[in-house]
Amino acid sequence: MTTTQNATKKVRPNLNERIADLPLPIKVVLWIIFALFLFALPLLNIPFITTPDSDFGGVLFTVSTYVLVALGLNIVVGYAGLLDLGYVGFYAVGAYTVGVLSSQHGSLPWLWCVPIAILVAMASGVILGAPTLRVRGDYLAIVTLGFGEIVRLTLINSEWLGGAQGISEIPRPPGIELFEVPSIDWSTGVPVVDLGTTTTFLKFGISDFIPYYWLALVVIALVLVFDILVKNSRVGRAWEATREDEDAAELMGVPTFRFKLLAFALGAAIGGLSGAMFAGKSGFINPQSFELLLSILFLAAVVVGGQGNRWGVILGAIVVSYFPERFREFADFRVLVFGLALMLLAIFRPQGLLPPRRTLRAKRADARQHVLEEGEAGA
Amino acid sequence: MQFLIDNFWALTITGLTLGAVYALVALGYTLVYGVLRLINFAHSEVFMYGTFAALWVVMFLGGKAGGGTGQVIFWIAMMFVAAMTMSGLIAVLLERFAYRPLRKRNAPPLIALISAVGASFVLAEVMGLREKIVAWVGLDDNLRAYVRNSRNAVGLPDIVAKEPVFTVGGYAVTNVDIFVIVGAITIMVILDQFVKRSRLGRGIRAVAQDPEAAALMGVNRDRVIQVTFLVGGVMAGAAAVFYLLRIGITRYDAGFLLGVKAFTAAVLGGIGNLRGALLGGFVLGLAENYGSAIVGTQWKDVVAFVLLIVILLFRPTGLLGESLGKARA
Amino acid sequence: MPEPTNPEPVGAEPTPPSTAAERPATPATAPVDEVTEINPDVDIAPEDIGVPVVAEGERLLEVDTVTLRFGGVVALNEVSFHINKGEILGLIGPNGAGKTTCFNVMTGVYQPTSGEVRYLGKPLGKRHKYQITKLGIARTFQNIRLFANMTALENVLVGVDAHHSTGVVTAMFRLPKHRREEEQGRARAMELLEFMGLAGKADELARNLPYGDQRRLEIARALATSPQLLCLDEPAAGFNPAEKAKLMELIRTIRDQGYTVLLIEHDMKLVMGVTDRIVVLEFGRKIAEGTPAEIRDNPAVIAAYLGVDEEDAS
Repeated sequence: MTTTQNATKKVRPNLNERIADLPLPIKVVLWIIFALFLFALPLLNIPFITTPDSDFGGVLFTVSTYVLVALGLNIVVGYAGLLDLGYVGFYAVGAYTVGVLSSQHGSLPWLWCVPIAILVAMASGVILGAPTLRVRGDYLAIVTLGFGEIVRLTLINSEWLGGAQGISEIPRPPGIELFEVPSIDWSTGVPVVDLGTTTTFLKFGISDFIPYYWLALVVIALVLVFDILVKNSRVGRAWEATREDEDAAELMGVPTFRFKLLAFALGAAIGGLSGAMFAGKSGFINPQSFELLLSILFLAAVVVGGQGNRWGVILGAIVVSYFPERFREFADFRVLVFGLALMLLAIFRPQGLLPPRRTLRAKRADARQHVLEEGEAGA
Repeated sequence: MQFLIDNFWALTITGLTLGAVYALVALGYTLVYGVLRLINFAHSEVFMYGTFAALWVVMFLGGKAGGGTGQVIFWIAMMFVAAMTMSGLIAVLLERFAYRPLRKRNAPPLIALISAVGASFVLAEVMGLREKIVAWVGLDDNLRAYVRNSRNAVGLPDIVAKEPVFTVGGYAVTNVDIFVIVGAITIMVILDQFVKRSRLGRGIRAVAQDPEAAALMGVNRDRVIQVTFLVGGVMAGAAAVFYLLRIGITRYDAGFLLGVKAFTAAVLGGIGNLRGALLGGFVLGLAENYGSAIVGTQWKDVVAFVLLIVILLFRPTGLLGESLGKARA
Repeated sequence: MPEPTNPEPVGAEPTPPSTAAERPATPATAPVDEVTEINPDVDIAPEDIGVPVVAEGERLLEVDTVTLRFGGVVALNEVSFHINKGEILGLIGPNGAGKTTCFNVMTGVYQPTSGEVRYLGKPLGKRHKYQITKLGIARTFQNIRLFANMTALENVLVGVDAHHSTGVVTAMFRLPKHRREEEQGRARAMELLEFMGLAGKADELARNLPYGDQRRLEIARALATSPQLLCLDEPAAGFNPAEKAKLMELIRTIRDQGYTVLLIEHDMKLVMGVTDRIVVLEFGRKIAEGTPAEIRDNPAVIAAYLGVDEEDAS
């Protein structure tokens, strides 16, 4: 009987739930500790985690760029269910807006360029989305893929945009040099505070990328808050309904086209923001930074983590961007290994590393039901 | 514009040869999409492996410039055999290891796409790292010629001398041009008839139209899917030979852009529609050539993608519409 | 132009039980299912959505000589009928008679080839589907089409949201409008769930609900849009006779709360019991219209039903 089989199952709160059940002050403290840890991460130089072959601060910045991009793409793919294979296009638009306005054809400071980059990326999202979002879902993939390529080829071929050489001498974010932060040295086997290797707070220089990572963390936090607020509202519900059944959603009064376009524009805006961050950190950009492969990697980050779940997506972005950097000694084989990992993941864990909330909810509901049955059977 | 008018025939003929290659590869996308509703992202690698198989067999047979007619025919025949076998095999393996496990678990389409992307990376990288892999296994000595400089482009020996056969509007059409265009169309006509008339072809159409009903009528879905991948792979193998004869070189990442273009061609013609793939391929090849003659060759790829977007806006189901299931196949 | 596609079962994969015996009688769901009791006392009257309300008995919607062709096939052939405010109108006919197609024309899924649909005296024209819903026409689906991976409450909220206007900015800054709409929306959604006997399952995913609950959730979701006209497409499909009777009772209650109901149903006996008037379609044509008593004795109807589907005529 089903009942007896299920009787052994108990509803055990998982880690998530146990954290959710903690009183608010403790939760706040936990969050603060976690945030501090994240900020201190590049200084701690924790063995094994720290990348041996490349600057850890730079790697962390790259990772956080992926996280940002994945959060944006998650709105498009995870929430609204639109398959976008050309997301790198928006990333490029953001970076090049900054490049053009601050170096190539202007001299605006970086900080001014960022909001403009966001708006331009958003506008390009609307311009691409308005005609193509009426096209069936499968085709959207190829149309967006085409868009990504059009952007890249335009960058290569347009002298106005710097051609294949790209744009250099992009100004850095404005900094204020307040104090030095020491790092930790593990070379003797025990952690020792190393006053010789320090990072200046807050100097956006050319060799120390840790401040850029800090900036990216702040931006990620802002985007996350935005994501949570918008997702838990009429807008988020409309996206999900559209993803689940577009026709039914429309017949329940959801202007699906408008909401798809909105998701596309917001996703593009966040992509543009990431591009602007990237441009500010590297100081120069060229079309090679925006290969189609990057779009695929971004999408992989979203799907690997668990599309539709923002925490899963963050995890996915970290996996996709960090591991290739960490294991640079196998540089030749990393794409191969990455490909294998994608296949294995798709086969053995198709819902992603952290499945979306809806799956968790479903499991919990199932568990509750089993308990109810258990009670019935016992009575 | 003047350039387009002056070189109209040259652009047309080269566009058609390019289009023939696109069309053959597009068939693979269209067949699989028709049956599985899945973008077989790794199909580009199936094609790429075909180019290498064709290349290697010529190296193995000692093919070089200046062979007799009989020899050349033999070499080309062997290229077809090798490329079609290799591509067919890769396609079937791909289905077996990247897609079938997912199908058994009813995974959502996006997951299948991720698996395809993974498989595509694996296949391309294995080819790109073949020198190192072979060294590991320790077969270095015998295979050196086949695997060296595995990250660089490898050229096909000039086994066919390009000779003008006749002239149209000032452009000398070569034997290779004619061979590619006529050969590709012949192969596609054969495929069309195969899908229309053979028992397996009917199975493919039945599954494309309604998988459940087909299963009820006793069609073995797994087998049909396997055959579909095999047929698509064999077509990509043929395309690989034409591509090599036309372009002359290949590389471990040669599949990527060609794959994107071929998929564009499939969508252009109406994905899931065999004749659409043919039409889409030729339209794309021609449009690329004419377009780049007008705005400059560096914009060639942009022309292709803009064309795709424009056509989808006005004919969302492609030029001929989508229908593998319907009788016109 | 997007070509008309038949609405296909998407999303939820409910076990489509055709007989009572196949209904989820498994121990997995039965005990929980028993708990759900419909609560007809909850006030679920439609909210004011800014649509002029017509008096009881006046024409709410008119289908005027509507013809619909797909290529060579004539799906609807000069069909005309009207629905009065406050009545329950039955739309019946054998399989393939064009009943669901008729719904699709009324809700903007298809544009009629000729003729027009008038709502409150004005033609629907080329309005989008969601605009028609906002005007006050809501529907359910023959094949359940819930948002499978959303909770029951969220499903209903999507319907309530039809008349809300919270956008990104409002949501982002949690402006008062967001809070007001969210509170009112949740209250109304919970009322509807309670009315339908689903309040205890508000947080369960739609796809995990038992079949009967899914059917009722669809009605709740449609009611959430505060329609003047509620179109139910075979809401009792797959129910056993007792459940069907209960559902018909529910439909009457819904009408009494101020809704007008258009009902597609296969089971003649049930339609006879609950409707005020009946329109009969066959092969895309209207073959009869009248009170249940008139329809029962109409020779054309008897012929249509005896000829095509004896079981339903019984």
